[in-house]
Amino acid sequence: MAKRIDVSGLHVYYGDFLAVEDVSMTIEPRSVTAFIGSSGCGKSTFLRTLNRMHEVTPGARVEGKVLLDDQDIYAPDVDPVEVRREVGMVFQRPNPFPTMSIYDNVIAGYKLNNRRLRKSEADEIVERSLRGANLWEEVKDRLDRPGASLSGGQQQRLCIARAIAVEPSVLLMDEPCSALDPISTLAIEDLISQLKENYTIVIVTHNMQQAARVSDVTAFFNLAGTGKPGKLIEIGETNKIFTKPEKKETENYITGRFG
Amino acid sequence: MSATKLSAPEKTVPPRPLAPSLGAKPLPALFPPTLLAGVALVAAGLLYALGWWNPAVWAIVTAVGYMVLITAASALIENRRKAKDRLVTAIVYTCFGIAMVPLVSLLWTVLSKGLVRLDGYFLTVSMNGVTPSMDAGGAYHAILGTLLMTLMAALISVPIGLMTAIYLVEYGQGRLKRAITFFVDVMTGIPSIVAGLFVVALWILLFGPGKTNGAAGAISLSVLMIPVVVRSCEEMLRLVPNELREASYALGVPKWLTVVKVVLPTAIAGLTTGVMLALARVIGETAPLILTAGSSAVAINANLFEGQMMSLPVFIYSQVRMGGVINYERAWAGALTLIIIVMLLFLAARLVSHFFAPKTR
Repeated sequence: MAKRIDVSGLHVYYGDFLAVEDVSMTIEPRSVTAFIGSSGCGKSTFLRTLNRMHEVTPGARVEGKVLLDDQDIYAPDVDPVEVRREVGMVFQRPNPFPTMSIYDNVIAGYKLNNRRLRKSEADEIVERSLRGANLWEEVKDRLDRPGASLSGGQQQRLCIARAIAVEPSVLLMDEPCSALDPISTLAIEDLISQLKENYTIVIVTHNMQQAARVSDVTAFFNLAGTGKPGKLIEIGETNKIFTKPEKKETENYITGRFG
Repeated sequence: MSATKLSAPEKTVPPRPLAPSLGAKPLPALFPPTLLAGVALVAAGLLYALGWWNPAVWAIVTAVGYMVLITAASALIENRRKAKDRLVTAIVYTCFGIAMVPLVSLLWTVLSKGLVRLDGYFLTVSMNGVTPSMDAGGAYHAILGTLLMTLMAALISVPIGLMTAIYLVEYGQGRLKRAITFFVDVMTGIPSIVAGLFVVALWILLFGPGKTNGAAGAISLSVLMIPVVVRSCEEMLRLVPNELREASYALGVPKWLTVVKVVLPTAIAGLTTGVMLALARVIGETAPLILTAGSSAVAINANLFEGQMMSLPVFIYSQVRMGGVINYERAWAGALTLIIIVMLLFLAARLVSHFFAPKTR
């Protein structure tokens, strides 16, 4: 069940340092939203606040509101662990669990939470998730092999399978292709287009062609200046952002002229 | 887009001639070992002729002679960089050889002297009723004591040390973490006899004077073992990539389950090795055991909480102190037994590492 994300007036701090300033946006369900912008402009930081992963970093905190459908994920009675079950994440570098087989990696979300699964149920989840991640055909004969035995692109798809196995409503992807070759990147991009039928997808990317290819909506982040916080400059339909952006800054960035 | 015109460079730089060394022939692969053997032979002959034969002098003369000759040969035939490389290689090998001398010598001595008495009889009888110079008696009581006390020390130290390490790596922040790290460092440097004294004082406070037993020995060992376990486990846990923790959190796994099911299994091989190193460190401790578990037990005592308990290091110590030929033999056999036990522990650790380590194929 894909869900809508509503962000309003969100500030992210690392200790006293304001890293991202005043972001408001709506992310529609069953769509792909891409965050673009130069390194260090806070797009990954902002992405991590959408499932409270930033709290893993000591000293990081937010002000503002993030609504998942109508539920404020920063309400005092909300458990971050529950938020992360609802909002899955795929990281920049493929990170399958090295102690687990391919099979166990896929159902890691259940196993690590001590949830008992019947064998038939587990088999079904593994097959469905691996098919969902376009990996089933490649690994169905060696599910008991270690996850680390796969190639980089396969590992990343394994990580996507692992993330969708727990049936989140939103999938966050933090530069999922930046460590991959073009063929693997293509496989992941195809996968993203398929996944958006069931999930809300947010992807951070440095690759503007990729943003243009896979996303429905693009958000451009930039730094207000050195040492200043990152800001959301513009958000709009991908077509429009890449052809007729409203802000000069956006145009400069996507055409390769900076400053 | 760009306005710069690409034009041919006005002057072409003449190609640099290939350095002659690029074409120079290297020394044949068999040259260094042949040279070494030659130098060794010549040195041996020379020393015999002069009547200064001595293995140590021979080794030194060979090493120095080889270094000089190989450097010179390489400088003449190859080039200066190669010559330096040959010289440094020779120095590194020599240092390695020097480092091996005490190790090999120790193993040789322990084996040759220990095997005299190490047999089934030695391993299965105690020293009960054996007078110092009698051709009888064994180390069974000491082996039993060592195993029991080390086991108890491990049972105390491993949970405490591992959990401290988990606290330091996964949870600790600020002052408390710094304080614990500091005290663990201080504890690492505690002389073992002080740990023994501490437990003696504790036992006098708790049970009155003169109450030595195996448990006191085990506790003094665990005082020494805990900081070592903490330090090595801490290092191992830090090696677990943060990405794995994040992957686990992102699946909605609580922190404690992440630690138990992701961090610990990933680090298991290193943790085992760390614990084994700590065990090896305390299994040879003598001073605290003399103070706490006593040095005069001769009978088999399997009760950690009652009466004196012998251990292999203390057995060696008390045998050597008696000073007879047969006592020395027993001491060497005891030393060999101790080394064998440590080797078995390491073998077990390697097996654990091998079977539980993360696999990639």
